[in-house]
Amino acid sequence: MRDADGAERALLAFLESNAEISNSEAFARDLGVDHELLAGTIKSLHGFGFIEAKDVRRESWELTEEGLVYSRNGSPEVQVFDAVPAGGISREDLQRKLDDSVFSIGFRKAMSNKWLETKPLVSRKVLKVEDVVKQQLLDVKDGKNLSAADIDALKKRKLIVPKVWKAYSITKGANYAPTRTKAATEVTREMLLKETWSEVAFKPYNFQALGQPTEGGHLHPLLKVRTKFRQIFLEMGFEEMPTNNFVESSFWNFDALFQPQQHPARDSHDTFFLKSPCKTQTFPEDYLERVKTIHEQGGFGSIGYMYDWKREEAEKNVLRTHTTAVSSRMLYKLAQDGFVPKRYFSIDRVFRNEAVDRTHLAEFHQIEGLICDKGLTLGDLIGVLNDFFSRLGMKKLRFKPAYNPYTEPSMEIFRQVYPLYGSYHEQLNKWVEVGNSGMFRPEMLLPMGLPDDVSVIAWGLSLERPTMILYGIDNIRDLFGHKVDLKLIKSNPICRLGM
Amino acid sequence: MPTVSVARELLHTMLGRVYTQEEFDELCFVIGIELDDVTTEKAIIRKEKHLQENEADEDEEVIYKIEVPANRYDLLCPEGICRQLRIFLRVEKMPTYRLSRLPDSSILKMIVKPETAVIRPFVVCAILRGITFDQARYASFIDLQDRLHQNICRKRTLVAIGTHDLDTLQGPFTYEALPPSEIKFIPLKQAQEFTAKELMEFYKSDLKLKKFLHIIEDSPVFPVIYDSNRTVLSLPPIINGAHSAISLNTKNVLIECTATDLTKAKIVLNTMVAMFSGYCDEKFEVEPVDVVDPVGRVTRCPDLSLRTMDVDLSYIKKSIGVPLQAGEIVDLLSKMQLTSKEIDGDKIQVFIPPTRSDILHPCDVMEDVAVAYGFNNIPKTRPKTSTEGRQQPLNEFSDLLRLELAMAGFSEVLNWVLVSKKENFTLLNRKDDEKIAAIVSNPRSSDFEVLRTSLLPGILKVMEHSKDVPRPVKVFEISDVVLLDPSKDVGAANSRHLAALYCSTTSGFEIIHGLLDRIMNVLNVPVDGYTVEPSNEPELFKGRQAKIFYKGSCVGSFGIIHPQVLKNFDIPDPCSYVEMEIERFL
Repeated sequence: MRDADGAERALLAFLESNAEISNSEAFARDLGVDHELLAGTIKSLHGFGFIEAKDVRRESWELTEEGLVYSRNGSPEVQVFDAVPAGGISREDLQRKLDDSVFSIGFRKAMSNKWLETKPLVSRKVLKVEDVVKQQLLDVKDGKNLSAADIDALKKRKLIVPKVWKAYSITKGANYAPTRTKAATEVTREMLLKETWSEVAFKPYNFQALGQPTEGGHLHPLLKVRTKFRQIFLEMGFEEMPTNNFVESSFWNFDALFQPQQHPARDSHDTFFLKSPCKTQTFPEDYLERVKTIHEQGGFGSIGYMYDWKREEAEKNVLRTHTTAVSSRMLYKLAQDGFVPKRYFSIDRVFRNEAVDRTHLAEFHQIEGLICDKGLTLGDLIGVLNDFFSRLGMKKLRFKPAYNPYTEPSMEIFRQVYPLYGSYHEQLNKWVEVGNSGMFRPEMLLPMGLPDDVSVIAWGLSLERPTMILYGIDNIRDLFGHKVDLKLIKSNPICRLGM
Repeated sequence: MPTVSVARELLHTMLGRVYTQEEFDELCFVIGIELDDVTTEKAIIRKEKHLQENEADEDEEVIYKIEVPANRYDLLCPEGICRQLRIFLRVEKMPTYRLSRLPDSSILKMIVKPETAVIRPFVVCAILRGITFDQARYASFIDLQDRLHQNICRKRTLVAIGTHDLDTLQGPFTYEALPPSEIKFIPLKQAQEFTAKELMEFYKSDLKLKKFLHIIEDSPVFPVIYDSNRTVLSLPPIINGAHSAISLNTKNVLIECTATDLTKAKIVLNTMVAMFSGYCDEKFEVEPVDVVDPVGRVTRCPDLSLRTMDVDLSYIKKSIGVPLQAGEIVDLLSKMQLTSKEIDGDKIQVFIPPTRSDILHPCDVMEDVAVAYGFNNIPKTRPKTSTEGRQQPLNEFSDLLRLELAMAGFSEVLNWVLVSKKENFTLLNRKDDEKIAAIVSNPRSSDFEVLRTSLLPGILKVMEHSKDVPRPVKVFEISDVVLLDPSKDVGAANSRHLAALYCSTTSGFEIIHGLLDRIMNVLNVPVDGYTVEPSNEPELFKGRQAKIFYKGSCVGSFGIIHPQVLKNFDIPDPCSYVEMEIERFL
C-alpha cells in the first residue's frame, strides 16, 4: 500500500512517459492504493495545474442486502426446490421448513419456473435445477458484466442497485512537472527564518470566498442605539437621572403628575399593579397633602379635578408606566434641595399591561429629556426638540396639539423623513410621529415647592421604534427578549444615527 | 384616544366648502385632532360581517374617523367637531348656551332620597324641549351617550346617562335606592316585566350589559328613578325603562345623569345639552330641573353659566415666547370657543363655556392661544439653561463592563424583567419563599407574573430558542433584577446584575471560571481579593459550582447548570454560568 505522497509520485512519473491515465480507478487498483486517497491527490494536483483531471462517471451495480443474502444462501426458488423431498411434501410442511420470505418468494418463483407442481402434494417436476440467480449475483459482486436482460431482472427483484463511481481521466496540466514542490498558502515564520519565501510557489488566493469570521463578542443592537442617545444627551449638557427603580407607587407614577385617580391609564388594563410589595406607606406627608389638595380643590390658580382623592389609590404599587415617575421624584428633590437650573435625561424600561403584538411589548425603553429653568418658553421647547432630533438626522419637525394629563401645552412631534434611516427618497408631505413633548403643568410643579416662575419642558420617545427602523426589524420580539436571533446580535451595523 | 365617525358630506356642508383629504388632514393637524381612517358605512358593516372588500359600491357615503383628545368631551360627536371647526375657521360664532326662563313653580323636580347615598349618591337632570330628531341626529344622540359612557364615565362606574321621552312621564321625579326585589318594570327592548333582581340574572348573558352589572350587583339596594306615577325611568347604571324610551318622534327629552362623582356628572350633562340644544326650537336653550337633595337643598341644573378666569397676559406671552398683543390673544382665543376681554392690570378675563371643562388653569388658556396661533408658527429659540452633562455612575460602570464582556468574546442579550413564576422558581429547581420576588397582581398572562430575581431564566430562554446556533454559544447580560427590600419606601429595589453563559458540547466550566477571573481583573480586584467557595445551589450541578466572595460577602455564584434545569428549558447541551451583583464594585 502506498501513501498519498507515493501515489502522487507514481502518478506524475506515469504521466512523464504516458499521455493519459484514462481511468483513475483502474490506476489506483494497479497502484494498490485506495481510490479515495488517490482522488484527493488528483484534486490537489489539478488545483495547482500539474495535471488536468476530467470527471469520468461509471455506473456499476451493487448487491442489495437481500441480494447479498441470496449470493451466499442461494436464491429462494432454489432453496424451495431443494427443500422438496423426492416423495413430495404438503405445502404447509414445506412452509414450516423455510423462512417465511424465502418460502413466499421462492415458491411462487419455483412454480412459475415450472420446477414444482402441486397435486396436491408439492413435488418436483424437474430432476435438477441450476441456481442461475446466485451465479449472477456473484458475478455482479465480482464486477463482471451481465447482459442487459439479466441486469434488468435482478433490478426488478431489487437484488441489485446502481452505484455511481466517480473517477478521473488525467492528462498533463499546464504546470506539469515530474515532481511537485507543494505551493504555500501562508507566509510562515520558517520561510522568514530560512528566507525561502522568495522561492516558494504560493497557491492563488480565492478572493471570491469570505474570510474567516471574527471571534469577539457583540453588543446588543438596541443598546448600541441607547449608547448613541446617551451620547447625544450628554453632548447637549443633560444629566442622567437614576432610573433603577422599576417598582413605583401610584403616588409618584400618577398623583404627583396631576393624573387624576379615575384616569384610564390607571386602569388595571393598562398598568401592572403589584401583589407584593402591594403598597408604599412612606411619603413626604406635607407634599402628599398638597397633591391631595390640588387634585380635590385645586390651588395655584387651578380649579383642580374636584373629586375625592384617596390615599389608598396613591399607595398602590405599580410597575412604573413611564420614566416620568422618576422625573417627578427628581423635581421634588430639586425643590427640596434648592432650585438650580437642570437638564435631565433617562433611558430605561417602562411597563404597560397592554396586549402584546408585533410593535408592542409589555416592557419597553422610554427615552426622556427635560429642562427645568426659570422663564422657559414653548419656543424653547420647539428649539431644543429641533436641536435634539437634528442630531438624529431629523431636520424637519412639525408639532401637533395633543392631550396629556401632566403637560400643557402638549405637542406630538412629527418628522418628515428619516434620511438617516437609509431612506433618501424624500416623501414630501409624509409626516410620522416620533415622540411626545410638552410643558409640565403648574399643578404638578408648584405643589413640589418649585418657584412659580420655573417651567419644565420635556419630551419622550421609545428606544425600540427608532431602532427597529434603523435595523429594518418589523417584529419587536425579534429585537427585545429571548426570542431574538443571536445572528442578529452578531451581524448588525454600528449605530450611525445622525452621522 | 376616542374616535368619532363623521360623514364627509356633513363636514363639507357644515364647513361651507369642499376639502380635499389632504386639506382636511392638515386642518385636523393644526387643531390637534386626527383623521385616523377613511371608510364608508357599508365598509364598516362588511367588516363586521367579514365580507369581501370588493363588494363596494361607487356611491357609498364616505365617513371620516376622527380621533379627538381624551379631555375634550365636547368633541365626542359630529355636532361638537363641526362646531369647533366652524368656530376655528370663523364660520360660526361661539353660541351662548342658556336656561329657559320659567317661573320656579313650573320647573320640574327630581327629589333625591337619602338611601341613594350608599350606592350612587348624585343625580343631575335637564330637559331638551322642542327637539327635532332625524335619523342622523338620533344616531348621534345615542352614540354620544355611548362614547361618554366609555370615556369620562369610566364604563358607567362614575356616571350613567338616561334619556327619556318626557311626554310619557309625569313629574316630579324621585331618585331612590330600593332592594332589588322591590323594583319591578319592563326594561328597554323587552316586552315583559322583571324585578331588578331577575334582571341582574337575565343580563348575565347580555354581551353589552353584563359588563356593568358589577357596579351595583353586591349592593343591598339598587338606584332607581321613578316618576310621580311610580313609572320606572331607569335602573342606573344598567338600563332604562321601556315606557319612557325615546324615538325619532320624541319632542321633549329628559336627560338624567346619576353618578358617584358629581363633577363628572355635571360635565356629562353639560356636554349632552350643549351638543343637542342646537336642535331645539329655541336654539341652545335648555330647560332646567331642580334637584332636591335629602336635606331639602335645591340645586338648579344644568349649570350653563360661563366660568371666568383671569389670566396674566405676560404669563401667556412668556410661556409661549411670542410677544402677542392683548387684542391678538382675545382674537386667537375666540377661535378656541373661549370669549375673553382685556381687563386692568395687564390681564384678560376669559369666559369658559360649559363645554370646556378641560380648562383648569391659565396654562390651559395659554395652550389654546398657542394652538390658535399655530405651534408651527412659533419661532424656535434655545433655552439659555447652562448645565453640564453627567452620567449615572452605575450606568457608566455597566457600560464599561458590557464592553469588557463583549471583548472577552461574549455576545449581549437583553431579556424581559417580567417572567413567569415557573421560570423564576420551579424550572430552576427553586421554591418561592415569598421573601425575594415582587409579584404582579394583574398579569395579562403567566408570562408577566413575577419580576425576575436573577438573569438566569431569561438567558436560559435565549438558549432554548438558540438550538440551531453553532456551538459554542457565549452570551451575557448586564441588567437589573428586582428584589423585595423593606428598607425602600416602595418595598422593593432594583439590583444590577452581570450574567454570562457558555454552552457547547462540553460544559466549559473553566471558561466561565476564567471569565470570572477576567471580570475581577478589570474590576481591579487582585487574585487574593476574592474567594470562591464550593456551594450547593439547586440550579447548579453538584461539585461544579461555587459562590463568589468579595470583602466578606457573597456577590454571586458560578457553576455548571444542573442537567434537570437544562432539561426543564429544553436545552440539549451543557452550559456553564456566572451571575453576580455589580453595584458592590462601584
